[in-house]
Order: sequence, then C-alpha cells, then structure tokens
Amino acid sequence: MTQASIKISREPSVQYLLRLGDTCLIHAQRTAEWCGHAPLPEEDIALSNMALDLVGQARAVLTRAGQLEAQLGGAAHDEDQLAFLREERDFRNLTLAELPRGDFAMTMLRNFALATFFKLLWTKLERSSDAELAGIAGKALKEARYHQEHSGDWVVRLGDGTAESAARMKAALDSLWPYFAEIFESDAIDDEAAASGLGPRWAELAADWRTEFADVLGAAGLQLPADRPFRSTGKSGRHSEHLGYILAEMQHLQRAFPGGVW
Amino acid sequence: MSPAVTPGTIPGPPAEPVDKPAKLTEWPLWEVFVRSKAGLDHKHCGSLHASDPQMAIQLARDVYTRRQEGTSVWVVRSDQITASDPGDKAAYFDPMADKVYRHPTFYELPKSLDHM
Repeated sequence: MTQASIKISREPSVQYLLRLGDTCLIHAQRTAEWCGHAPLPEEDIALSNMALDLVGQARAVLTRAGQLEAQLGGAAHDEDQLAFLREERDFRNLTLAELPRGDFAMTMLRNFALATFFKLLWTKLERSSDAELAGIAGKALKEARYHQEHSGDWVVRLGDGTAESAARMKAALDSLWPYFAEIFESDAIDDEAAASGLGPRWAELAADWRTEFADVLGAAGLQLPADRPFRSTGKSGRHSEHLGYILAEMQHLQRAFPGGVW
Repeated sequence: MSPAVTPGTIPGPPAEPVDKPAKLTEWPLWEVFVRSKAGLDHKHCGSLHASDPQMAIQLARDVYTRRQEGTSVWVVRSDQITASDPGDKAAYFDPMADKVYRHPTFYELPKSLDHM
C-alpha cells in the first residue's frame, strides 16, 4: 500500500512560489548530504546549519504556496503533502539545485551561486504584495547573507589556494556554469508575478548576480566562462536524471507509511 | 649539487608533490569567546581549528552560537595566549589563601549600597 501522488494547481502565483520553495528544499537535501562527510567537523556543523536554514525557508514558502492554491479554488495542500507527495515532473526547482553534490569545491561554488541569487531575490521579496511572503523574506534574507559570505570565502580560499584546490574550483566552475543560466530565464509565470507585485522576474536579478559573482571569482583568480546556449529546464518540471533519486530517498517513508509522523 | 639529467632520459616525478596540501592538524587552533548578551563579558567557551581569522569567526558562529548563545564572538589564536605555568600554581596562588583582609568584607556599607 502506497500513498497516491497529488496534482498541483497551474496558477502562476502558485508555480512561482513552488519554484522558490522547491529550489530551497532540493538545495537543502543536497547540502545536508555533507552531514558526517565534511572535511572538518566545524564545517560539517556549518553545512548542516545552512541546510536546516534552507529547510525552514522551504517549509514557509511551500506552506504559503498551499494557502494560495486553496485561495484560488484549488486543493489545500500543506507543506508535507507538497514536499512528499508530488511526482518529479511537478517539482519546480532549478536543475542546478538537484545536481550531485560533487566535491567540496563544487558544493561551495553552487552554494555561493545560489546564496547570491537568494539574497538578491529575498531582498526584492521583502516588498512583495503578499504580506506573508514579505515576512518570510525578511527572515530568510539574513540567512542568505550568511550563506553567501561563508561559501564566497571558501570559493576564494580554494580558487586562490593550492594548485589542487584551484584546479578543483576551476573544474567546478566549468561544470556548473551552464546551469546558472536557467536561474535568470523568465517566462509567463514571472511576468504574472511581476504584474501582481508578488515578486520580481528572476531575469531582473541577472545583472547584480553577475557583478557579485564575478567579484568573488576575480578574488579567487578565476574568470567568468563564456555563456553557452544550453538551458536546463527544472523550473518547468523537466529535470535531470538526478532528481528522481533524491525524491525516492526523501519521499519513501511518507509513501510507504502515509501520514507517518515522528 | 643537483642530480644531473642525462640527455635523452625522462626525469621521474619529484619525490614530494610540489604543492603538498597542509594536513588539517596543521591549521592553527583558535580560542573562542562568546558574549551572550549586551553588557555581559565575552566568556571563553571552547576552541576550534581554522585556517584564517575569517574562517575562525564563521565556524565559531556555526559551532558555538547555533542555539542562540551569543550576540558577539571573539577568536584568538591559541598560540598568542600566554598562560601561567601549572607548575607555578602553588607559588602563584596559594599565598592568597590566608589573606582574608584583602576581601572588602570588614566595612559597614550604608544601607543604600547594601547589595554591592
């Protein structure tokens, strides 16, 4: 006996929040994989703290997405149903967040790219027309600022470190760079959010993100790679092969024991 | 005297990697002091390893203030602290044991200062 999947409203405002909440959730899962595996115990605790910050953000945003869904005439799904009972295609996270964690350089570069983006996004969302979302943003912004500082320092430390650490950071940059473009691809869902004041088009954050990202890369002795035509499509539900494995691990308890609690 | 490389032979790899990574244990130790709230002193609460001051501050924040223990953090390189020698303990501190007159407990305080 297993728990059936739920279907999600296609309302643009709900989809906009799912993109944000799902990216936090999947990024949290990947970050939490370092628990017990980080290169030093202090960093192990730091990464776990940050993963828990992201889980908290995901919970708040998914809860709000479920409330909006209900207000717009859909089903009233709570955070747990949204996290544990959706199929892969109904997840709206950036593909970047679901990629395997790689080595420590890969993890830190991804954390830095996403934290920088989240910091810029939460800053805008503090002025969201949705008071609930604005409140969530106020709290999350402080967390994102710290995540950016912590991971940015590591990008510099590794990029400007030994020959081995620099080579690893360069390799991380080359493999992740093509996935950054998806963050700033805007579509009708973004247009709708901008029109209603719910939040910015993510494309609006591209210039600031690029400046901050390039500054840290510069300090790390790295350069922005050339842009490429490849676009990942996680935000529209078309994911890499990696997401299914994350969901299998994350969802199997709720699927096997419906409604199970601690 | 450097070993000569005979023309036509390929020199082998150097005995040690040129860029030998430092062992974690070679990172300096830092003492962590946390102030729990404004107006109170920074109190020593532990130590950690970090490669630089910025990392030490961040890790101190993550390790020692994750349950709202602090509003401010100091870190000091442990090798920058000069400590008294435990062997000197008797000579340094025992002579104070019988100097009760150094405690200001023989003064009558005015009522308004009673709780000093």
